[in-house]
Amino acid sequence: MDKRAWFRNTPLALALAAPQLLLVLLFFYWPSGAALYWAFTLEQPWGGGNVFVGLENFRTIFGDPLYWNSVGRSVVFALASTLLAMTLGMLLALAVDRRLKGHAGFRWALIWPYAIAAPAAGLAFRFLLSPEAGMIAYLNHSFPGLWNPIVNGWQAMLLIILAYSWKYVAYNFLFLLAGLQSIPKSVIEAAAMDGARPLRRMWDLQLPLLTPTIFFLLVVNLTDSFVDSFGIVDLTTEGGPNKATELLVYKIYFDGFKGLDYSGAAAQSIILMILVIALTFIQFRFVERRIHYS
Amino acid sequence: MIERTPILDIVTQLILLLGLVIALVPLWLVVVAASLNLQEVNTSPLPLLPGSHLIENLVSVWQRGDLGWKLFNSMLVATLVAAGKVFIAALTAFAIVFFRWPLRMLAFWAIFVTLMLPLEVRIVPTYAVAANALGPLQTILEVTGLARLWQLATGVELALEWNLLNSYTGLVLPLVATATGTFLYRQYFLTIPDELVEAARMDGAGPLRFFRDILLPLSRTNMAALATIMFLYAWNQYLWPLLVTTDRANYGTAVMQLRQLIPSMFSEPEWNIAMAGTLIVMAPPLLVVMLMQRWFVRGLVATEK
Amino acid sequence: MADITLRALRKSYGGNEVVKGVDLSVPARSFLVILGPSGCGKSTLLRMIAGLEEITSGELTIGGERMNDKEPRERHCAMVFQNYALYPHMTVARNIAYPLEVAGVPRALRERRVRETAASVGLADYLERKPGQLSGGQRQRVAMARAMIREPRVFLFDEPLSNLDATLRVQMRLELRRLHQRLGVTSVLVTHDQTEAMTMADLLVVMNGGRIEQAGTPLEVYGRPASRFVASFIGTPPMNLVEAEIAPSGRLHTELGPLPIAVERIASGPVLLGVRPEHVLLATGPDNADLELPLELVEELGATRILHARLDGRGFAVATAPGLPFPPGATLLLRLDPSQLHLFGRADGRRIDAGLVRIGEQVPVAPTEAVAVPFR
Ligand SMILES: Nc1ncnc2c1ncn2[C@@H]1O[C@H](COP(=O)(O)OP(=O)(O)OP(=O)(O)O)[C@@H](O)[C@H]1O
Ligand SMILES: [Mg+2]
Repeated sequence: MDKRAWFRNTPLALALAAPQLLLVLLFFYWPSGAALYWAFTLEQPWGGGNVFVGLENFRTIFGDPLYWNSVGRSVVFALASTLLAMTLGMLLALAVDRRLKGHAGFRWALIWPYAIAAPAAGLAFRFLLSPEAGMIAYLNHSFPGLWNPIVNGWQAMLLIILAYSWKYVAYNFLFLLAGLQSIPKSVIEAAAMDGARPLRRMWDLQLPLLTPTIFFLLVVNLTDSFVDSFGIVDLTTEGGPNKATELLVYKIYFDGFKGLDYSGAAAQSIILMILVIALTFIQFRFVERRIHYS
Repeated sequence: MIERTPILDIVTQLILLLGLVIALVPLWLVVVAASLNLQEVNTSPLPLLPGSHLIENLVSVWQRGDLGWKLFNSMLVATLVAAGKVFIAALTAFAIVFFRWPLRMLAFWAIFVTLMLPLEVRIVPTYAVAANALGPLQTILEVTGLARLWQLATGVELALEWNLLNSYTGLVLPLVATATGTFLYRQYFLTIPDELVEAARMDGAGPLRFFRDILLPLSRTNMAALATIMFLYAWNQYLWPLLVTTDRANYGTAVMQLRQLIPSMFSEPEWNIAMAGTLIVMAPPLLVVMLMQRWFVRGLVATEK
Repeated sequence: MADITLRALRKSYGGNEVVKGVDLSVPARSFLVILGPSGCGKSTLLRMIAGLEEITSGELTIGGERMNDKEPRERHCAMVFQNYALYPHMTVARNIAYPLEVAGVPRALRERRVRETAASVGLADYLERKPGQLSGGQRQRVAMARAMIREPRVFLFDEPLSNLDATLRVQMRLELRRLHQRLGVTSVLVTHDQTEAMTMADLLVVMNGGRIEQAGTPLEVYGRPASRFVASFIGTPPMNLVEAEIAPSGRLHTELGPLPIAVERIASGPVLLGVRPEHVLLATGPDNADLELPLELVEELGATRILHARLDGRGFAVATAPGLPFPPGATLLLRLDPSQLHLFGRADGRRIDAGLVRIGEQVPVAPTEAVAVPFR
């Protein structure tokens, strides 16, 4: 890990690392600390600063059915979009990795959606899947009211899942393909000589050898579905109808900046942080396992 | 490899075509919708071929959304974030990999941990810091009693304030304060042979010279990769700019401007204008990915692992 | 066990031809070694036999059956890769069993066969390990066992020993030969190590630039190299090559001076004269010396000693038995044995079969015409 040849000049080293350390302290550690402070305190209505309230803020949150609604919606959103984006990404990566004619072109174009900002994707899907115009509105001519995410909560959920997954299919595809291509060619050839046909090789070799990548992506997908969904929701359903798509980050934003309930928002942030840290932690355990293969 | 798998080959091609449809049809339809007039865009099903109003819609949304200025802001912010990241991260990784100093590992972990928590989950308190970036210092001084000391000595109450709201600094700095690039560089620096450092030292080069003449030129590909993904990351930011800029006219970014394009519920929805705006806003990152895919993919795969 | 024939086999990548027409026939049960410098197309040729590379043109048969368009699994060849290509996530047992698993052999039978095969290569105690927990030699054995368990018609080896340390390589070399004697499976092995090639081959093929330079038994290839390339590629230290002219009288004039040796049955002209270091003799005195060269360096190898003479820039090596020390700067008096000299065309580098005699001595019996080559 460590280099043998190094420089010995502490002031210089500190000066080099200082900009980043300062930024990290200012914009990461201080806010995280502040979140903790707020989460355990409550601002007095008529001034006088914050007083320590222990777990009161958390008790309020956990007692709030709206919070649990948001948790439930977020979980549905996380699982569905992860499943969709992973499955499609995997299918496409396996297909491109077969290196049939034109695979380079497919690889090139299949990555494009990842470039697009989540809000832009959200707005595009809001139009494409809108009940009056776009791609599927004609269904409503034959079956009036069949599709209307503006009033139907589950359809609204489906809408944000589709818009969000669209972007992450490309992301997963890219990583899974990189993973597939890092499997030594000779291992696949050895299996071919051993008599295994392509589907068999996928099942016996490529998928098992890809598990570290798959696991890594599962964690990233789940994490990102919690943190990266704000733009999609804000431009597609705006949390509605009737809070059916009010995901966690969206709720934090609203409670904090529209409702000006800093303590409540901070406590929710803390819970989300714990969730994200837990997911990352699980991933590190598997990262260790990944090293065993090579 | 000689392999006859006609059925599987067909299935493979079908999957690929399906993938292409999924990936590109929405993009295509955005282009189509952006080229229709108000009445055409509200017919259902949507035509599959573009109409003749593309330029007109683009011009209209450009003016209405003040997109020229917003794109400039986005470009500026994304470039600053990419450049700042490429530079600051290189310095930090250099200090961590090539120097021995007390607290080195602590600094390493302090930066590493930030990988775990994206900006979005600590958005509320980060906003408070941006409202007064010297607030933390002020608090520290107050808690330690130094502020009182100052007041006693000078007779002036100490009130440090540096407001980052509605400033490019506020848009840029928090996005630079992440560990992504540092780790890309660190992994790369660790693969640089010790002999290179030793040789440089034998030749009498000091650390800064070594950094400038050897390390930076060697890291060029990594810098390009990092710059690409940081540019996209910054361009596509939404939540943070939304918070930190209340003065949208002057500091708003292009992506934020999409919010203004959502058609009103109470009149015929101007989806053609909205899609024209979407098209403009998503074009720059799309071009980056189309033209710089090699760097983009390399950067993404290298920073995430 | 099957024989293999290659007829005018070619392989191009785009416009780049890397195998340029190879004709070869490998009798059943023989051990063929393909030897050549890096990039000469050995692996490509082997992979064409395996079915891992398409054949651009020409014909390949195994056991008399045309194989050009057959899939690897239909060819009943087993291959050992240079990096072994073990399945990293499977245990040793499952690695070995995999070919049977794919073929749908019932579990009980599979397990028995795995145990037998593993025991025969000394892996019985490692069945539950993963490849990552094995040493290089053990991995090599796993690869061998995985190839053996299918009882293939042909074994293909692509530099199977090159990742092993020197001692292990010598040991595995013997084991591979033993295995071949025991199973009698037609084998093709690719290497760029000439010792490996000489010691293991029944038949040795020397390749260069996508073509076969020579095919024959190791001793034929060593004794009658078909070209200047083969001459300098095989043998350590390599054959000494000296530019020479055949005078109209038949006498050889080398760049080191005229030799009392004449060439029969060949028109005069420029040639290359080759002599192996081990065939250069030390003359007993100046009057029976053919060459006098200044000694530059002495290399002691224990069993032999290599004397390096200087010859403007190039070396001229002489292998002798160890004995009295030679001081550097001494003059070497050397004598050549006409029957151990080789002539190559200077332009095309091909071998010239000619009778060489010491002038004033009797014409020897005409050298036997090209020793019967068992394949072709
Ligand atoms: N897929 C390919 N595309 C283009 N050229 C190739 C390909 N595979 C091999 N070659 C070229 O074909 C030539 C022969 O390659 P090959 O691997 O057969 O050499 P080799 O004799 O096995 O060498 P080595 O001893 O280094 O393994 C090389 O010049 C190589 O660059
Ligand atoms: Mg090779």
